[in-house]
Amino acid sequence: MTTTTTPAEPVTAAAPPRRSGRTGLALRQGRLEIRQFLRSRESVVFTLGFPLIMVLIFASIFDEEIAPGVSYTQYFITGMIATGLMTVSFQNLGIWIPIERDRGVLKRYRGTPMPKWVWFAGKVIMVLVTSVVMTALLLAVSVTLFDLNLPSTTTAWLTFGWVSALGVTACTLCGIAISSLARTARSGSAVVTPVALVLQFISGVFFVFTNLPSWMQQVAALFPLKWMCQGLRAVFLPESFGADEPGGSFELTRVAVVLAIWCVIGLVLCLTTFRWTTRRDG
Amino acid sequence: MTRRTLDGMSDDVAIRVRGLRKTYGDSPAVAGLDLDVHRGEVFALLGPNGAGKTTTVEILEGYRQRDAGEVRVLDVDPAHPTRDWRERVGIVFQGTGEFDELCVAEVVHHFAGFYADADDPDKVIERVGLSAKARARTHTLSGGQKRRLDVALGIVGRPELLFLDEPTTGFDPEARREFWELIRDLAAAGTTIVLTTHYLDEAEALADRVGVIAGGRLVEVAAPNRLGNRQEALATVSWRTPDGTLDSAQSATPTALVAELAARFGGEVPGLTVTRPTLEDIYLTMIGHR
Repeated sequence: MTTTTTPAEPVTAAAPPRRSGRTGLALRQGRLEIRQFLRSRESVVFTLGFPLIMVLIFASIFDEEIAPGVSYTQYFITGMIATGLMTVSFQNLGIWIPIERDRGVLKRYRGTPMPKWVWFAGKVIMVLVTSVVMTALLLAVSVTLFDLNLPSTTTAWLTFGWVSALGVTACTLCGIAISSLARTARSGSAVVTPVALVLQFISGVFFVFTNLPSWMQQVAALFPLKWMCQGLRAVFLPESFGADEPGGSFELTRVAVVLAIWCVIGLVLCLTTFRWTTRRDG
Repeated sequence: MTRRTLDGMSDDVAIRVRGLRKTYGDSPAVAGLDLDVHRGEVFALLGPNGAGKTTTVEILEGYRQRDAGEVRVLDVDPAHPTRDWRERVGIVFQGTGEFDELCVAEVVHHFAGFYADADDPDKVIERVGLSAKARARTHTLSGGQKRRLDVALGIVGRPELLFLDEPTTGFDPEARREFWELIRDLAAAGTTIVLTTHYLDEAEALADRVGVIAGGRLVEVAAPNRLGNRQEALATVSWRTPDGTLDSAQSATPTALVAELAARFGGEVPGLTVTRPTLEDIYLTMIGHR
């Protein structure tokens, strides 16, 4: 023991805080969300498997060309990618968040020092990663089995990028927003699935959009999926096909505007209606 | 992280509640509740379902907003919980099977990452007795093991104050005993503990003081053995009269009464019993069930 007397100093924390910084927290949360997603067989099959199976079925049934040199797959892939993006964001969140809310997962997070935004960041990271994986899988299958032609210009790839990013953002925000409608864990899919299915049928995913009745086209034009499909058609179909669109061109500016408006609507709904606890919890 | 310095008043007061009110629709769940919990004590809130226990605790935890009253928890108004305050408050929920896809170690490690001053997650897992299950998916745990995981998540941030909501509901007797040991360990380490329970024996076994809630008010606060002036309560002496009927008398001096009865019967008193009210009798009287 030392006999030297030292002035009593307040004991300061010797060890540096082990808590991660902002980015670290978000990445950890994202990693956890992805891990939970991948381990949940039903969500992997439903989310990633559904678009893949649809491509396999539809591209095998309709193997003719819709125009000289343009296969049906070339048209169908756009709807499938858009559907896939909506599934991993809108449906995935709209179904899983009520389950987590019901299980008390959200309540438990709120009881920790975790900043609220970190939880949302984790969901967004999970959606982004699964979106990229799903799109890559769809493209790989379509290229190898159904002779899909990938976009050949940088502009087309850029369009592909922003349409997907904006579409996923809008669908993510709407998915989080609609999650608050479900009263119980089980009702999440009852709320979300009909919305998603109807949108798929009226937005030109399974049928050529311009063959649909015009009232149906107009209803579809109010929602994001139709514009995601249209934006992706600009990427995968020859430019001349733009003339067949309802607006006489692919209308990329309008695609951007409508999707951006849905981002704002979704965000406002999230901020005003999001619930961390179930209704019976108050 | 440095602990905030506390002023003189709050040195020994962890929770201070005055005139707390909360109404749902027309029915008041909490109707003017006062409560003080001292630092380092184990305080049990006892009361029947619907008495306002959970509402009160959830207001203290920062989950519900109150309608009126003054509330300070570790010197912070829980209506506006800060991140720093969340660092110091641990909550053990009544949840089960929440992270079905993850294993015990993953969940505890993840939650430890939210705190600046977290405990070693592996040590916490050992402390709650889940080391053997560290690699097991949480949905494979038994009910008691899930509650241990709940506790692990509540204490991994090394809280100064720990809330436990009906912690042993659904436990078998052995699991309860083990759980009680864990709570005593935490209390011995200086953690302030507030627990709600239906079980009188649990309150008696763990709590330094018990608060009885009925009708949205705290009707009594006392050490478990002094609740309802139990130590001063009259003893009931009962015996069988020669014609076979049961007779009884309340007495502050039961020994003298028994001696008198013995003299009267000339030896053995038939069917003699001497009882004092149990904690349960007193509790049931307090909450108006007797």
